[in-house]
Amino acid sequence: LRVTILVLIGILAFSSRLFSVLRFESVIHEFDPWFNYRTTIQLVENGFYDFLNWFDELSWYPLGRVVGGTVYPGIMVTAGLIHYVLNLLNFPIHIREICVFLAPLFSALTAVAAYLLTTELKDTSAGLLAAIFIGIAPGYISRSVAGSYDNEGIAIFLLVFTFYLWIKALKLGSAFYGILTAVFYFYMVSAWGGYVFITNLIPLHVFALILMGRFSTRIYISYSTFYVIGTLSSMQIPFVGFQPTFTSEHMAALGIFGLVQIMAFIELLKSHLSETHFKRLFVGIAIGFFFIGLAALVGLTFSGKVAPWTGRFYSLWDTGYAKKFIPIIASVSEHQPTAWPAFFFDLQLLIVVFPAGIFFCFRELRDEHIFVILYSVTASYFAGVMVRLMLTLTPIVCVASAIAFSYLLDLYLKEDIVDAARPPTSELLNAATESVEKESSKKKASSGDASNHDTNAPTTFHSTVKLAVLVPMCIILFIFTWHCTYVTSTAYSSPSIVLASTAQDGSMHIIDDFREAYYWLRQNTDEKAKVMAWWDYGYQITGMSNRTVIVDNNTWNNTHIATVGKSMSCTEEVSYPIMRKLDVDYVLVIFGGLIGYSGDDINKFLWMIRIGQGVYPTDISERDFFTPQGEYAVDARASKVMRSSLMYKLSYYRFTELYGPGRPGRDHVRGADIPATPIHLSTLDEVYSTENLIVRIYQIKKPDNLGRPLHAAARFGKKRPRPTRGKKAASASKNTRG
Amino acid sequence: MAKKQVSKSTSEVVESSGTTRTTTRTTTTTTTTTTPKLTTSNTDTTLSSILTTFEESYFSSTPQSIVLIDVYLAFVMLTGIIQFLYVVLAGTYPYNSFLAGFICSVGSFVLAVNLRIQAHPANRSTVSMSPERAFADFAFSSVLLFGFCINFVG
Repeated sequence: LRVTILVLIGILAFSSRLFSVLRFESVIHEFDPWFNYRTTIQLVENGFYDFLNWFDELSWYPLGRVVGGTVYPGIMVTAGLIHYVLNLLNFPIHIREICVFLAPLFSALTAVAAYLLTTELKDTSAGLLAAIFIGIAPGYISRSVAGSYDNEGIAIFLLVFTFYLWIKALKLGSAFYGILTAVFYFYMVSAWGGYVFITNLIPLHVFALILMGRFSTRIYISYSTFYVIGTLSSMQIPFVGFQPTFTSEHMAALGIFGLVQIMAFIELLKSHLSETHFKRLFVGIAIGFFFIGLAALVGLTFSGKVAPWTGRFYSLWDTGYAKKFIPIIASVSEHQPTAWPAFFFDLQLLIVVFPAGIFFCFRELRDEHIFVILYSVTASYFAGVMVRLMLTLTPIVCVASAIAFSYLLDLYLKEDIVDAARPPTSELLNAATESVEKESSKKKASSGDASNHDTNAPTTFHSTVKLAVLVPMCIILFIFTWHCTYVTSTAYSSPSIVLASTAQDGSMHIIDDFREAYYWLRQNTDEKAKVMAWWDYGYQITGMSNRTVIVDNNTWNNTHIATVGKSMSCTEEVSYPIMRKLDVDYVLVIFGGLIGYSGDDINKFLWMIRIGQGVYPTDISERDFFTPQGEYAVDARASKVMRSSLMYKLSYYRFTELYGPGRPGRDHVRGADIPATPIHLSTLDEVYSTENLIVRIYQIKKPDNLGRPLHAAARFGKKRPRPTRGKKAASASKNTRG
Repeated sequence: MAKKQVSKSTSEVVESSGTTRTTTRTTTTTTTTTTPKLTTSNTDTTLSSILTTFEESYFSSTPQSIVLIDVYLAFVMLTGIIQFLYVVLAGTYPYNSFLAGFICSVGSFVLAVNLRIQAHPANRSTVSMSPERAFADFAFSSVLLFGFCINFVG
């Protein structure tokens, strides 16, 4: 029965992630997955060693990127391995399908891992509840729908499974499970940068156990095995390298490793020495070593031997840090603090029951419950600071609320053993076909015998009381599944490369401008052409149009991005030399003013200015782009600098002509009327604009044959002076040429 | 008798340098060379009587096989210390080679301590595992450790 339920949960978790594939098509969705997809193709076509040593010339144009050393290869290797195995079994399938369906597959495995973890914490009935919760919780679905081929898809499975193995190792005190923990930790390190969470949470757990006086040889065995093998193996990933030995993020694990050695040594002394002798030693050794270690660590950090916190992690502590000093981190929408509705939206009733689960953990405080408590406290904090980390909170919320629910069920379904067979049938009557109901009702059979040992529970209740508790509970569980399905289907299952708009009669209209433009670039430009766009679109351009880009989503070189930001926000005369120096052939901007696509480049323009200003403070000033009243306007009130900036010109070039001559154009995103004064471009030519004007591609002009500045040349062609003033005009053009 | 004395001296090294090892791990620079001296001198001068009782208790209660493990531990620790001293003297140029060798020592030490804990008859009550199983775990994890080390030496 348990296996059947788990299989059903797996199928449910898999199938509830397929909305976008069924509704649209099986494509890779967001920005980052396009890079993962491209590297996976590289891996599949050229083999593993070529992939490890791959130097990618298509991105960061003048610099290039060493992909093997700057990427977490776990997800690509996993997909490549599955592809290889399937082809070995004569089941040929394109690598794209594997990439699309990898996340649903692994979320089914996550459900199993959550089952195992919760089973360790309580019993199998709670485990099954946790499995179903994490199978459909929207907080996790948001990052693992079919087509989002991102690191998090497999990372959450590895996170939960690593924690399961850790709990298991700690309980048994077995080196074997410690090794398995380390191996899966290694896999996790290869898959996601969030492995730092594990390296800090497990030492924190051990430290808490030591402080509570629960140190035992089991802790020594499991932790030191995990630490040694885990650290050594994590250093095999080229991107991680020697970081575990000198960055602050990893120092807690090292310190706890030292502390565990001391504790074990003290235990050994204790077994051989008498009480009085021991006490005299203890103070000298333990305290002394701990503070010497701490002082050495602090000293090393300040002297620079140990690298301080990196910006991305530091901004989790000092939440104002990123905004002040590193605008590129703050510019990503996922790095914003979370609002309350988001918690409820992502974890409906789980977020309500979550504290109750923690309470139950406190009441029955075994070693592994301390882990759950620490995990939930830290993860709650991080999820409150950053939207993106809601993902690490979701597993523990599912586990804790499963524990709470399971306590409730144990209490109210507790029957005499004779009656144990009856409630499932009565439950089946009111429980509908929904699988949660089925699962919770089936669980009664298992919880019936599981709760036998729970003898301290109050006496059995009257059957009407039971019914009064159980029926509402089934109803809210039913509502939970409904909510999850609804949220998944409406909010999280839309591919960002295809925009869908619903017409008034309910029919769906699909806007496919992105791929239209990217394929135009692929088909109609030279293979060596360089495209300059804002970094958001870097991965998609290289992935879909197979052209070289200047910057992309891997924001490893802030100065380079600032250069692109500068050339976007300066006048044509300033940015043309920059673009020439970067060898740019095409400039691509996203403009949503015609159909109201709000994520366009004018709305991101302020971040371009800020990032550009951070590096070139003399050339760009954010103040200049606002009206005297301090507004960010694009209509007639727009400041002169704004109007002459390259981005403004590229976005609104010939825009008002769509509305007829002389009439102002309507920008549907900003809700502003664009004045009808024509915009002249002297250094660029419009070469392609998509159907709904979302993507506009411009080509850089070659320098003038006669050596004139391009704006002068453009004026010469356009405004021909009247024949009567011929001499004057000729001398004027001669002057500009000189 | 002579044999016993050998193991006596080595076991002392084990225990006193059990602490040295931990400090070298936590700090990993030149400052560490002074810290172990400090503490060992403390224990030696003030608590020499404790040490003697410790020795007596150790040899009366420890079985032969565990003493063998302790000798191995002492040897592993010695290799680790030598490597570390060499790095202090010569600098960390092929850093991955140093790490591979040093972590290999640390890892072997830790794994052997695991085996010692699990196989010790006194721990029979707390450890739910047969010594044979403990040895199988030890062999498995050592193979894994050496595999990673050899891959990392470069």
